[in-house]
Amino acid sequence: MKMAGLEYCGARNIDGPLVFVDGIRNVAYDELVEVTAPNGELRLGQVLDVTSTSAVVQVFGGTDSLSPAGTRTRFLGSSLRIPVSKDMLGRIFDGLGRPKDGLPQLLRAERRDVNGLPVNPYSREYPRDFIQTGISAIDLMNTLVRGQKLPIFSGNGLPHNRIAAQIARQAKLLNEDVEFAIVFAAMGVKHDVARFFIDSFEHSGVLNNVAMFLSLADDPSVERLITPRSALTLAEHLAFDEGMHVLVLITDMSNYCESLREIATARGEIPSRKGYPGYLYSDLASLYERAGRLRGGAGSITQMPILTMPSDDISHPVPDLTGYITEGQIVLERDMFQRGIYPPVAGLPSLSRLMKDGIGKGRTRDDHPHVASQLFAAYSKVKDVRALASVIGEEELSPVDKLYVEFGRAFEHRVVAQGEYEDRSIEQTLALGWEVLRILPRAELLRVSEEELKQYYDQSQSTTTVLKS
Amino acid sequence: MPGETGKRNNNERLGEITRVNGPIVEARYMEHAGMLEVVEVGNLHLIGEVIRVRGNAVTIQVYENTSGVRPGEAVYCTTRPLSVRLGPGLLGTIYDGIQRPLDRIAAQSGAMIARGEKTDPLDTEKKWHFQPLATVGRQLQGGEPFGQVQETLSVMHKIMVPPGISGELLSIVAEGDYRGEETIAVLRDADGNERPLSMFQYWPVREPRPVRTRLQMAQPLLTGLRVIDTFFPIAKGGAAAIPGGFGTGKTMTQQALAKWSNAQIIVYIGCGERGNEMTEVLREFPELVDPRSGRSLMERTILIANTSNMPVAAREVSIYTGITLAEYYRDMGHDVAIMADSTSRWAEALRELSGRLEEMPADEGFPAYLPARLAGFYERAGRVETLQGNEGSVSIIGAVSPPGGYFSEPVTQHTSRFIRCFWALDRDLANARHYPAISWRNSYSEYLVEIAEWWKNHDHSWKNNRDVLMDILQEESSLQHIAKLVGPDALPDSQRLTLFTAEIIKNAFLQQNSFDEVDMYCSPEKQSWMMRLLVRFATQAQTIIQKGATLAEVHELPGLERLMRMKSEIKNDDTQAMAALEQQITTGLDGLERSIRA
Ligand SMILES: Nc1ncnc2c1ncn2[C@@H]1O[C@H](COP(=O)(O)OP(=O)(O)OP(=O)(O)O)[C@@H](O)[C@H]1O
Ligand SMILES: [Mg+2]
Repeated sequence: MKMAGLEYCGARNIDGPLVFVDGIRNVAYDELVEVTAPNGELRLGQVLDVTSTSAVVQVFGGTDSLSPAGTRTRFLGSSLRIPVSKDMLGRIFDGLGRPKDGLPQLLRAERRDVNGLPVNPYSREYPRDFIQTGISAIDLMNTLVRGQKLPIFSGNGLPHNRIAAQIARQAKLLNEDVEFAIVFAAMGVKHDVARFFIDSFEHSGVLNNVAMFLSLADDPSVERLITPRSALTLAEHLAFDEGMHVLVLITDMSNYCESLREIATARGEIPSRKGYPGYLYSDLASLYERAGRLRGGAGSITQMPILTMPSDDISHPVPDLTGYITEGQIVLERDMFQRGIYPPVAGLPSLSRLMKDGIGKGRTRDDHPHVASQLFAAYSKVKDVRALASVIGEEELSPVDKLYVEFGRAFEHRVVAQGEYEDRSIEQTLALGWEVLRILPRAELLRVSEEELKQYYDQSQSTTTVLKS
Repeated sequence: MPGETGKRNNNERLGEITRVNGPIVEARYMEHAGMLEVVEVGNLHLIGEVIRVRGNAVTIQVYENTSGVRPGEAVYCTTRPLSVRLGPGLLGTIYDGIQRPLDRIAAQSGAMIARGEKTDPLDTEKKWHFQPLATVGRQLQGGEPFGQVQETLSVMHKIMVPPGISGELLSIVAEGDYRGEETIAVLRDADGNERPLSMFQYWPVREPRPVRTRLQMAQPLLTGLRVIDTFFPIAKGGAAAIPGGFGTGKTMTQQALAKWSNAQIIVYIGCGERGNEMTEVLREFPELVDPRSGRSLMERTILIANTSNMPVAAREVSIYTGITLAEYYRDMGHDVAIMADSTSRWAEALRELSGRLEEMPADEGFPAYLPARLAGFYERAGRVETLQGNEGSVSIIGAVSPPGGYFSEPVTQHTSRFIRCFWALDRDLANARHYPAISWRNSYSEYLVEIAEWWKNHDHSWKNNRDVLMDILQEESSLQHIAKLVGPDALPDSQRLTLFTAEIIKNAFLQQNSFDEVDMYCSPEKQSWMMRLLVRFATQAQTIIQKGATLAEVHELPGLERLMRMKSEIKNDDTQAMAALEQQITTGLDGLERSIRA
């Protein structure tokens, strides 16, 4: 902010988060702007549209108390940059990367453009290292790999924060001890949510490896648009310059999208679905694609954005467009939650697309892909059988269908359900998978191979030990 | 001008930027610029294209991020339309939407794509072994080959006279190694002008390359996916759409087609999709072997990657870049298949640009010219007689990503008007992990008639077998409605058998896991055989039930479990195992039938 240029007095119009300034010269698209309110308060903004003599400025701090006559603007010569450094771990910042923890600003750190640059697809490394989260529903059925972007689709009141915290606490790579960091970005969530995460990181003793960017519910809404970008800019530095493995938790993307909608409406843009701008997909992609690994680089960025689906509707534009960009999704189901199942991970709509390369021979266990596929197939049959049972009654089901009902119950209560502090190894999880499959007749299990059946199905090894641990 | 390198004068300042609004830039003092001309914008010389001319003011869509560009900076003209460079060296390369080679961009600017990078699409230093095919004095027409280069071990690259140029061959070099830009032949055209020719040529991407005539479809594009090849086949030169919500399998299906379809050249466009998917293709294809040529799949593939986080205007142009490369190889007489994943992202790019131009929107914010643009794209598919008189084809397979997975939206609706093959992906099938999740209820292929004709010479019962299986599936759908109300056990055995065989058809035939070592590709011969076996089972079992056998007895038939697993346990060329299984099944059925009669 040292490259201050000319200061302009006055604005033509103020509309929502936007300030329209006339009589300017030599202003760049996307340039950072310092806006001074009549009372002397400084705010930052960004140029959204510029002509030879006028500019539209989006003010991150909001336009409260700005007046056309008393507003001054200074164009700062470059786009928004934030400092990046390993020293930012253990610290708390606002959405624009300014310290929020009372400690001093990092002065010597290099500054980076928050928008980043697109990664060249040629330079990417395909992610395939299995991350054990210790949560069976994820490890077994929707495996997370290092460098993946896997969101949690949740609903209001569902335990997405607890699940995210459990993943952050338990995630590890098998046989490897590497430097890791967590970058946490919160947009428009309440203080107690932020507090919950801070406490959770503190309890598990990782707080010194966490950098937080908080733009909470009572912070200006426009700042939320920059918050994830600041977080990802730091994450890119840690991963690609420092070679660390970074887990980025972003919550709540729905709030982010709402802020985007607010700006679009203020600019009078033609909306597409539900009032969201037509470029919502591209805008979300500019965040989600900032994940992955680079060829020849040591580090990685694994992204886990959280979003709450308005009225649990997965076809709402925010989850819908997210699903079109991310590499799968963990969907939480209200019905399972009401039945007391934690984590309430929906069996069928959840998906991890990078799972196929992260599991199986030499990664988890040879039979893993087939067990997962079999469980999916059987569980989907359970859904059909339950629907039938609700019509004709469970008593009237055929013997095989009755076994499916039993399997469904066991699958939900023994495989999916687990404790918030229960950290299962992949072997334990696979053993549980086989245990519930054994409820079904052998002839139903077509997705596992003959040899696997011999090894894991026929041999009725006792799994009680596994269950106890 | 096609076939000519446009003159470029970087020092000549032509216009001045007056407005920057994301990828849309306005400029004045541009009286020399024409519509669709390529310009370089601002101090960084960002690539853009003129899309509107009003007096001396123009509107430019810029193919790179315009952050930091200021009104007052200059705009430079190039006097040429947006073109691709054609010649040997395209195959095996990954390009961005405006044909910048991403491997060389990475070498220049590292893992992140810097702005203003310029590099030649083709390696100008590399020498190719050129074999002349024409002798001095011959009259050559546009599109006619005058030489050839073995581009990769599996693909012969014809060096053709650019369309629009013709004349008498004045000179041609001897067989030998030459660089792409070297003059290797000279023509004298009708006006007496000498036209030097090299192995490279340009072609404007928005203009279809000319052909002599369009031909009827006659052959299937065999894909190795059973549900497509048997139920909803696509013809060589056809156009197909794969619509489906997120995660239903569009990309997987397109990748499977890119790997296993019997085209000679594949152009794969990642249009506004994930970076990792392109990386996956880059990593996987070089190691996969084309079942027909025995060579690495990468040797026949061109990748175009304009991922979702890359500039939106370049996304709009990426599919034109891709189709032009496809047409170029078609003109050599190859069968080319082009995958566009996803055309919805392309349509959204149109919408975004249109919005910034403040045009009147039609449906859901899309511009009114969306259907015309879609038609223009799909019309570039086809089986043709090329200018040199041989046959070539371009088949287009476009993924469509409808919001919420609902097909009633503009892109799906308009697309379905211009394609003849519709592979509808079904959310319930995908959730049940029934892959490929192509619905047998909502999909269709209008090429069935032509393709059934072709099959007559290869497997005369193909059409009949296909129809039998399809009928069973249709009947099952209606039976399911009843079964859902009363439970399947309330149905008579013959109807329960239909449910049972439909289940077998779904599991043993329609489902095909792309990660299964054997089943990821199913040869046409194996498909024929599997169909025959299933039809045999279905019809004979029905007869036996009619005669009084119980469903339980049919369930007990030996070999049924092997039938369920044949897709992955019997290899594509293991005819012995096929015969053995067929034997086992027929013996079992015959035995059961005899025991009933007795
Ligand atoms: N034929 C198949 N065999 C095995 N798995 C498949 C198949 N088709 C799809 N899948 C599974 O479904 C997942 C999603 O498929 P895919 O990426 O092709 O979806 P998509 O329709 O392209 O989604 P998006 O619109 O979000 O890009 C894959 O990662 C894979 O796990
Ligand atoms: Mg896809």
